[in-house]
Amino acid sequence: MPLLEVKDLQVRVDDREILHGLSLTVNKGEVHAIMGPNGSGKSTLSHVVAGKPGYEVTGGEILFEGEDLLAMSPDERSAKGVFLAFQYPVEIPGVATMTFLRTALNAQRKARGESEFSTPDFLKKVREVAKSLNIPQEMLRRGVNVGFSGGEKKRNEILQMALFEPSLCILDEMDSGLDIDALRIAADGVNALRSPDRAMVVITHYQRLLNYIVPDFVHVMSKGRVVKSGDKELALELEASGYTQFEDAA
Amino acid sequence: MNVALAKTGTGRALSDIFAVARDRLPGAGKIADARQQAFEAYERAGLPHRRIEEWKYTDLRVLMREVLPLAPELDAAALKRAAAALKLHAIEGVRRLVLVDGVFAPKLSETGNLEKGLGIRTLREVLEAGDSALQAQLFAPEDSDAMVALNSAMMTDGVVIEVAEGAALAQPLHIVHIASGAAPAAMFTRSLLKVGRAASATLVESFIAADGAKAYQVHDFLVASIGDGARLDHVRLIEDGREALNISSAVVTLGANAQFNTFGMTSGSNVSRYQPIIAFAGEGSRVEANGVNLLNGRQHADTTLLLDHAVPNCESREIFRAVVDDRGHSVFQGRIIVRPDAQKTDAKMMTRALLLSDEAEADNKPELEIFADDVTCGHGATAGALDESLLFYLRARGLSEKEAQALLIQAFVGEAIESIANDGLRELAISAAERWLAARG
Repeated sequence: MPLLEVKDLQVRVDDREILHGLSLTVNKGEVHAIMGPNGSGKSTLSHVVAGKPGYEVTGGEILFEGEDLLAMSPDERSAKGVFLAFQYPVEIPGVATMTFLRTALNAQRKARGESEFSTPDFLKKVREVAKSLNIPQEMLRRGVNVGFSGGEKKRNEILQMALFEPSLCILDEMDSGLDIDALRIAADGVNALRSPDRAMVVITHYQRLLNYIVPDFVHVMSKGRVVKSGDKELALELEASGYTQFEDAA
Repeated sequence: MNVALAKTGTGRALSDIFAVARDRLPGAGKIADARQQAFEAYERAGLPHRRIEEWKYTDLRVLMREVLPLAPELDAAALKRAAAALKLHAIEGVRRLVLVDGVFAPKLSETGNLEKGLGIRTLREVLEAGDSALQAQLFAPEDSDAMVALNSAMMTDGVVIEVAEGAALAQPLHIVHIASGAAPAAMFTRSLLKVGRAASATLVESFIAADGAKAYQVHDFLVASIGDGARLDHVRLIEDGREALNISSAVVTLGANAQFNTFGMTSGSNVSRYQPIIAFAGEGSRVEANGVNLLNGRQHADTTLLLDHAVPNCESREIFRAVVDDRGHSVFQGRIIVRPDAQKTDAKMMTRALLLSDEAEADNKPELEIFADDVTCGHGATAGALDESLLFYLRARGLSEKEAQALLIQAFVGEAIESIANDGLRELAISAAERWLAARG
C-alpha cells in the first residue's frame, strides 16, 4: 500500500480553483521533489495534505496508508505521521520552545495510545538532535521561533521532524531565505532522516536544493496539475530550460 | 425584604437593612456618626448605573439590583464550611488572616509569633478602641463613590496591619475572604495596611466560597500606605463562587522612592468590579499594576483603575489582559492623571483582550489626563481573536484545538503574570489560570 495517494485532487480557495485534478503516489523510502513556478499550486498541495483551514476540496481524495486523510483534523494527521515543515514558520511569543516541543510530542504519543516521554529522555533526545543541527541550547529557551533568523527557523522545523519521527515529511520551500551554509546544515539534517520507513516530499522552486537533497522522483507542476514526472535528471533539465515549456503544456 | 423592595425600591429596603444592622456594627460616637453620614451619601446616590460615566459598562441597577441583608453572625457550621474551603485554597508559607462572611475568624487565622515590626489587629478592635488617627485613616477615602460610601456605612470587620519602619517581612500576609454561603447575604469588610518607611511586605488577598455557596455579595475596601523607600507586593485573586457579586475598592498611597507591584486576577464571581486608586505622594516612586480577567458563561468583570501622578519623577506601568469566552464581558478602564507639577512622569498602559467567542465582549477604556508638559505617557489597547496561523501551526504539530488554544491563552496572560516577584505567588497565579483553562474542557 502506498504511504500517500493523492487522486484527482481539486481544490478551491475563495471560489478560485487552484488544483485541477492533481494525482501523486508516494511510497515509503522514497524522496519526491515537486517543482514548478510560483502560483502552480505547490504550497496549496502541502497545506491541503496538512489540513490547513481555508481550502475547499471539491473533488478527488487523499489516502494516507489507505485511510481518508481529508476526514482527519490537522492534529490527527500529525499523530498518524504527517509532518509539514512550513515555508514560513510562525513566531509564538510567550510559548517556550521546550514547552512547545514536549507538549506536541506528548500530544502525538497520547493520540497513538503511547506513553508520555519521561523528562530526562525527552531532554536527552532534544539535546542530541539540537547538537546535530547546530542549534544552541539558548535558542531552545526562547519563545517558539521568536527572534530566530530564517535559517534558525528552518532548522527548528527539522529539529521537530527529527523529534516527532513522522512517516511523511513535506518540506515546503525549505531553501527560501537560506544562504548556502544554512542550506547545507538544513539539508544534512534532512538527509540524516532519510529512511526506508519514511517518505519525503520536497517542494521547491529552484533546482539548487536538489543538489543537497537528491530526490528519487521529480514532478513538475503547472497550473494546478502534475504535467511531467521523471527522475533527478528532470530537475537539471528544468534548470537549463526553465518552466516556460510546461506553461503551454498545462 | 423582597416584598418591600418590589413596593418601594432599593432605597427603603436598604435603610431597613442598615437600621437592623446598626447594632452589630462596631464603633460608637464619631464613628457611628460617620457611618450615618456615609449611609446618607449612599442613599442620595443609590446604586451606580450606566448614566454615571465611571459606571457606564457596569450598571449595578441591572447587574446587582439590590443590596442583600448583612450575613448572620458566624456559627460553628459556617466556620466548618469555611475551613473546608480554606483547605482547598491554602498557600504554603504565608501568614493567614481569615474573614468568614465578613468577620475575622481567629481560629482559622495565624496571629501568633509575629515577626518583629509586624502588628495585626482586627478592624472591629480599631473601630471600638483604636486611636483616632488610625480611625481617621480608615474613614478618609472617596465617599464620593456610592459603593465606597456604602462600605463606610456597613463595614463590619477586616484586618489592620502595621509594618514598622525598616521591617522587611519575610512571610507574605494572606487575607482570605470566605463566603460560607448558607444563605444569600452581604459582607462588608475594610482592611488597612501601613508599610512604614523603608519597610517591605507582601500581601495576598483571596476571595473564595465554601462549596455550594448561594448568591452572596462581597463589599471590600483596602486602604494601604507605603512609606518613603518602602515596598509593597500585592496579589489579588478573585475565585468567588459563580453566583457571587464582588465590589471592591482600594486606595494606595506611595511616599517617596517607594515601590508598589500589584497583580489582580479574576476568574470567579458572576459580577465583579475592582476600583483601585493609586496615588503618588512622593517623588521617585514606581508602580506596576497588572491584571488578568479570565471569563466565561455570563461573567462580568470590571477593573477601573485610577493612577494619580501628583508629584514629579514617578513611573507607572500597567499591563492588562482579558480572555473572554461565551457571553462573558470584561471591562478595563484605566485613567492616568498627570497633575501640573508632575513633570518627568513616565506612565505607560497596555491593555489587550482576547475574544474566544462571537458573543464575548471586552471594553477597554484608557483615559490620559495630562496637565504637565515634560512627560512620557502612552497607552495602547487591542482586541481580537486567537491568531489562526498560530493555531494551525500548533495543530499541525499534534495539539488538539483546545490544547492549542490553552497554550496560546497561557502565553497571552503570561506577560501580565510574569510581573509577580514572589516565585510561589507567581506559580499560584499560573495554576489559577490553568484551573480556568482545564475547566473549559
